[in-house]
Amino acid sequence: MLVITCPYCQEAREEEEFSYAGEAYIARPAVPEEVDDATWGDYVFHRKNPRGWHWEQWQHVAGCRKVFAVKRHTVSYEIAGSWTLADGKALYLEEQA
Amino acid sequence: MPDLKATQVELYQGLLAGSTTGYPSLDFDLKGLLGKFGRFMPPGFYYKTFMEPVKAWPIYEKYIRKAAGYGRAPTEADPESYDHLHHHIDVLVVGGGAAGLWAATLAGRAGLKTLLVDEQAEMGGWLLTERRSRIDGLSGMDWVNQRLAELASLPNVTVLPRTTAFALHDLNLVQAVELLQDHLPLTERNAALPRQRLHKIRAHQVILASGAIERPLVFGYNDVPGVMTAAAGHSYLNRYGVAVGREVLVQTQNDAAYEAALDLALSGVKVTLADARQGGAAAWRQQALKNAGAELLLGHGIAKVLGDKSVSGAQLVKLDGRSNQVVGSGPRLSVDTVLSSGGLTSTVHLFCHNGGRPVWNQQQLSFVCPDEGRENIACVGAITGRWELSDALSQTHAAVAALLLGHGRGSTGKAPAVASEEVAAPRAIFRLPDGKPEGHGAKAFVDYQNDVAAADIHTAVRENYRSIEHVKRYTALGFGTDQGKLSNINGFAIAAEALGKPIAEVGTTTYRPSYTPVTFGALAGPHVGETFDPRRYTAMQASHDARKAEYEVVGQWMRPWYFPKPGEDLHAAVNRECLATRNSVGVMDASTLGKIDVKGPDAREFLNRIYSNAWSKLDPGKCRYGLMLDENGMVMDDGVTACLADDHFHMTTTTGGAARVYSWLERWHQTEWPELKVRFTTTTDHWATVAVVGPNSRKVLQKLCTDIDFDKDAFKFMDGRSGTVAGLPARVFRISFSGELAYEINVDANYGRYMWEEVMKAGAEFDITPYGTETMHVLRAEKGFIIVGQDTDGSMSPNDLAMSWAVGMKKPFSFLGKRSLLRSHTAGEGRKQLVGLLPLDPKVVLAEGAQILSNTDDTVPAAMQGHVTSSYHSAFLGRSIAMAVLKDGSKREGDTVFVWAHGKSVPAQVVSSVFVDKEGVRQHA
Repeated sequence: MLVITCPYCQEAREEEEFSYAGEAYIARPAVPEEVDDATWGDYVFHRKNPRGWHWEQWQHVAGCRKVFAVKRHTVSYEIAGSWTLADGKALYLEEQA
Repeated sequence: MPDLKATQVELYQGLLAGSTTGYPSLDFDLKGLLGKFGRFMPPGFYYKTFMEPVKAWPIYEKYIRKAAGYGRAPTEADPESYDHLHHHIDVLVVGGGAAGLWAATLAGRAGLKTLLVDEQAEMGGWLLTERRSRIDGLSGMDWVNQRLAELASLPNVTVLPRTTAFALHDLNLVQAVELLQDHLPLTERNAALPRQRLHKIRAHQVILASGAIERPLVFGYNDVPGVMTAAAGHSYLNRYGVAVGREVLVQTQNDAAYEAALDLALSGVKVTLADARQGGAAAWRQQALKNAGAELLLGHGIAKVLGDKSVSGAQLVKLDGRSNQVVGSGPRLSVDTVLSSGGLTSTVHLFCHNGGRPVWNQQQLSFVCPDEGRENIACVGAITGRWELSDALSQTHAAVAALLLGHGRGSTGKAPAVASEEVAAPRAIFRLPDGKPEGHGAKAFVDYQNDVAAADIHTAVRENYRSIEHVKRYTALGFGTDQGKLSNINGFAIAAEALGKPIAEVGTTTYRPSYTPVTFGALAGPHVGETFDPRRYTAMQASHDARKAEYEVVGQWMRPWYFPKPGEDLHAAVNRECLATRNSVGVMDASTLGKIDVKGPDAREFLNRIYSNAWSKLDPGKCRYGLMLDENGMVMDDGVTACLADDHFHMTTTTGGAARVYSWLERWHQTEWPELKVRFTTTTDHWATVAVVGPNSRKVLQKLCTDIDFDKDAFKFMDGRSGTVAGLPARVFRISFSGELAYEINVDANYGRYMWEEVMKAGAEFDITPYGTETMHVLRAEKGFIIVGQDTDGSMSPNDLAMSWAVGMKKPFSFLGKRSLLRSHTAGEGRKQLVGLLPLDPKVVLAEGAQILSNTDDTVPAAMQGHVTSSYHSAFLGRSIAMAVLKDGSKREGDTVFVWAHGKSVPAQVVSSVFVDKEGVRQHA
């Protein structure tokens, strides 16, 4: 069981208050009709599933109901931090660059 | 309570106990017989012997299970109650021995919120048994009591006895079970209070002071009653005042067992101590023992125990000083009890539950926890292999001081002073040799609980099981409720010898929760019966009860299923309800439908993106059926949404899908389109909804409401109006899930029952008939309306459901799922599609879920064409009808297919899925 800090409520809470909401920062193609089936299929189905650090979305369903970003290690379950989607994205893009 | 370990059960007045092992009885133990006859049951016996014939396995299993001595699970419901308690603390100390008490004292003095748990009824750990040590000049138990008094005086410290920490999970979540009443006489138990309590403890720091458990040595016939560990004999004497025998043989390979021998000898027991070491213990111990009148045999080991139902003696052999070999025969002793000590095994379980690895300590002959612990987990005392009290306490002091420093707490005072004593090293011996090849001498048990003998481990290795995990599974070493606490190290050592590898290299099996068996009752806690899953009731519940409704659970909601009149079964009631509704008027509680209030200047645009159909032109006062697709293009929910104002919509969802859809809307809004100005409020509970259905429904509404014009041209199908119904402000939608003229009246939920009764009164002259979900299902199937989740399964596109009319491919924004509809597979041939089925025999109701074949050839593997999704008898049509998904179904109208279920194939004709009023005359009436 994880302990997750909601960046909106600013409190560390038990995982039971949250729902996992999938990998973060998957870009939906801006004009879906212009991408081929393979690209669209990647967007719909393919996920990184890394062994290591993973950017993911969590929703504070039993709290403020906000969706936010969490950077979590999939082996140690260590959580590096949690951010609003916008703040997290800046960091995420920096890491990807 | 099955499968308890007798020595761990606190006795109380009126306790009834029986043995679970020994079949048919302990005096004639079938397995004991097998054991005496040697190698009848080698490891893998069950696999090897009872493989064939497979059909006979249940018979074998019955007797094997009985013979194996598994307890009987009770069949009655558990009358006891259990509860759960959550802790969020700074420091959890596991173990209330000397190390744990000192750790808790230091953490408590530093002001940290501290919890100390120990599985026993009394704190003190080994100090409860060992009575000679002095700490800070006090006797062990005086020091323990001083600690307990100090801890009790600290408001930030909680001490829980009878509380076993049985699992350590990620981020220092520890689960512990507290036995609250199990030790009380039945007459003193309070049925109003829980029997056990599960503690869920989240601690910044966990200090493991779980100590060590003495393991026995392995020697011939060591399973005869009267053989026990030295620590057991010691505890019986010092804690309970019981001498385990009059003539006792103590067999050891270490110094600690001398303490037991000494105390027994001082109590007047005739003691012989056999030490596997040539030099024996430290000189002072040997002297003390001799002074007490005990006999000492150095360099000796037990070859076998004598006696059948109880110990009558033991045959010793002389051991070689270096290799574990027999060099000569020894005396044959007449004793009534044999105590053995193979040294201590650190209780490393919790440390290893979430990935920690123990390390082999060749000096102390145990797998131990590393001194440095792990992040936020400190290990103190015997768990690190420190058997001596002085070592254990000084290491505890240093480790906790470092931990407190990390918390920004400074001075901790001095470590308790304990005189250190000279100790001789233990001998690395686990299986005492008897001079015979393994398997030819007396049977020597490694795992008492699972009847695993030393020879079995050799057999497993000979049969080429190399990994200790495989040896464990093949032999059952370390299985069961004991989980190898006594047997594992011996088993690993014997396997290492057989494999010709050092023990460190063989390693350990995996330690998994639970450390000790925990009752299902404690794990479930209060989440049983009514509180297992919340039940939701609509505001009209009392009315339904009064009309004797039968209920079904739909996504936590208790929904009326049907309303039987006296003597009616389900079918009779549903036939009556259906006919009454189609011919006059019926009424249904539709309050459970999910309702979401969608509001904001961009609400309309949001609906355009989230639904497959178009919302741009829906005027206020109009309703529209919406189809919701996932990004894969498959139908995930549906429902009618009403436009209340240009920026305000009342969305409905399926009963079971309400929560999921609400999250779905929020997530897309927050993650993908935060620029849209729209917000969502779940209003399912805010509205009570009465559906008035049937040709006379208009007349009922007209009696109840005068400020809405119900004229068919003024208030059309799929219109919504606000008005006053039975004196209450209401939203009335003319929508239909039956194909009939119908209205849904929505009022403040607090008036739900009132509105229901007003409708019943107004409809009395039309014989208004309440109906439940079963009739609703039949009515909607007659009209070919789908139920998402029943007629769809996440693989049905709108096209598969013949609902392309609900897909606005020309909408400017690429709505969810649109792109997927264009994929070759989704747009291609051979997909399963929704059809209607009419069994050729109109009396036959097809089985829901039945497979559909193209012909009567059901040779396996049959070419499956689809399956039946909904099937009912339609009283209105006087025959059976069904909905199904069928490969290329949209092109197969008129075909005959064969529906296979329960060993029979039933012919049916493929038809349109709309059985009643294809033209829609009735709902537009």
